[in-house]
Amino acid sequence: MTAFLALIDRDLRLAFRFGADTLASLLFFILCGSLFPLALGPSPDLLRHMGPGIIWVCALLACLLPLDRLFGAELEDGSLDLLMLTGPAPAAVAFAKMAAHWLTTGLPLLIASIPLGIMLGVKGSELPLLLLGLAMGTMSLSLLGGMAASIVLGARRGGVLLPLLVLPLATPVLIFGAASSYAGQLATSPTASLDLLGACLFACLPLCPLAAGQGLKAAVG
Amino acid sequence: MTSPSDFPTPPVPGRLLDVEDVTVFRGDRLVLDGVSLTLDAGDAMILTGPNGAGKSTLLRTISGLRRPDSGEVIRYGDLAWLGHQDALKPGLTLAQNLALAEKLGTNSLPDALEALDLTHLTDLPARLLSSGQKRRAAFARVMLSGAPLWLLDEPTVGLDVASIERLGAVMAAHRAKGGAMIVTTHVPLPLDNTRSHELPSLAHVESFWLS
Repeated sequence: MTAFLALIDRDLRLAFRFGADTLASLLFFILCGSLFPLALGPSPDLLRHMGPGIIWVCALLACLLPLDRLFGAELEDGSLDLLMLTGPAPAAVAFAKMAAHWLTTGLPLLIASIPLGIMLGVKGSELPLLLLGLAMGTMSLSLLGGMAASIVLGARRGGVLLPLLVLPLATPVLIFGAASSYAGQLATSPTASLDLLGACLFACLPLCPLAAGQGLKAAVG
Repeated sequence: MTSPSDFPTPPVPGRLLDVEDVTVFRGDRLVLDGVSLTLDAGDAMILTGPNGAGKSTLLRTISGLRRPDSGEVIRYGDLAWLGHQDALKPGLTLAQNLALAEKLGTNSLPDALEALDLTHLTDLPARLLSSGQKRRAAFARVMLSGAPLWLLDEPTVGLDVASIERLGAVMAAHRAKGGAMIVTTHVPLPLDNTRSHELPSLAHVESFWLS
């Protein structure tokens, strides 16, 4: 457990040390979201209607950005060998990296989605539901993305393969997440979609670290 | 962290490692052909052989990073690993880089840094260290672990004569405490009573496989 926390601590330190890498996905998220009003025209009704969907798609894409360095840097400088040999179990190493990914990418996205949502005209009363959905969604995306990143680790053109692997797996998260966020606008109950979104998260929670652990072992072998 | 009870009981007291008839392929290429060796407490084994003879592959196989395609590697104790790369993050200080190893290991960081003459560099970011200093920092990680079996891949790369002497003293102290090590190196190490294991070049076998 101490090793697990030490690993997260080290990743957070690295993220603060290289703030530009961390900020990149955040800025991408905000810029990407700001492009929609420019392309769709300044109709408040249209933007308000599309707002949650825009935020969900942008969050999904922004989560992908730092994935390819998630394990790549560790593999290149030999840290991964050491982690596999003397660190915690491979699945725990993978889970620690995924947790760090969420803390450095998912959490900032969550905070940035508040101003982006307001900018797109999402009502204040709808924001809590959007944030709740996004919190569960970004956690699932960190887990799925970490798994995909470990599977393509060491493969040629892994960076191209990665989105192709993550995006299909992320579709249920996107569908149920966006559906839950639209509940306020459409005056329907968000319970069913939130339940399903939570189910996605709880399916990913044990399975993704286990699969990623195997991927890491294969990558150093 | 693996506890001592995770390992089988050694057949001979003091035995740390049995490598039995290990064969490893990389793709179609035969890299290791029936390698057998044993290591007891206090041993220092130098792996020799031409470039590409599979020295690093043998170390990786012994460490468990790679599975042998046939044969068996049986370890009777924990290991510490020094790979080709120093595994230091350029943005973190020396102390931060070694923090994880310190938490996982049993030895104290100040002692290890002192033995390798790194104390004055503790709070310096790793990107400011020279390649020899980085190599010593990576070696400090091995010392922190407290594991009896050391696997060292080219520990002396980039080191000056004084540093190699210092490394030799640390290695001798480790052997005196009942540790053992397998080392690949191209420069002579200041060690007594070493055993050496020569890996033959299998280049001719490769051409056989290709033809």
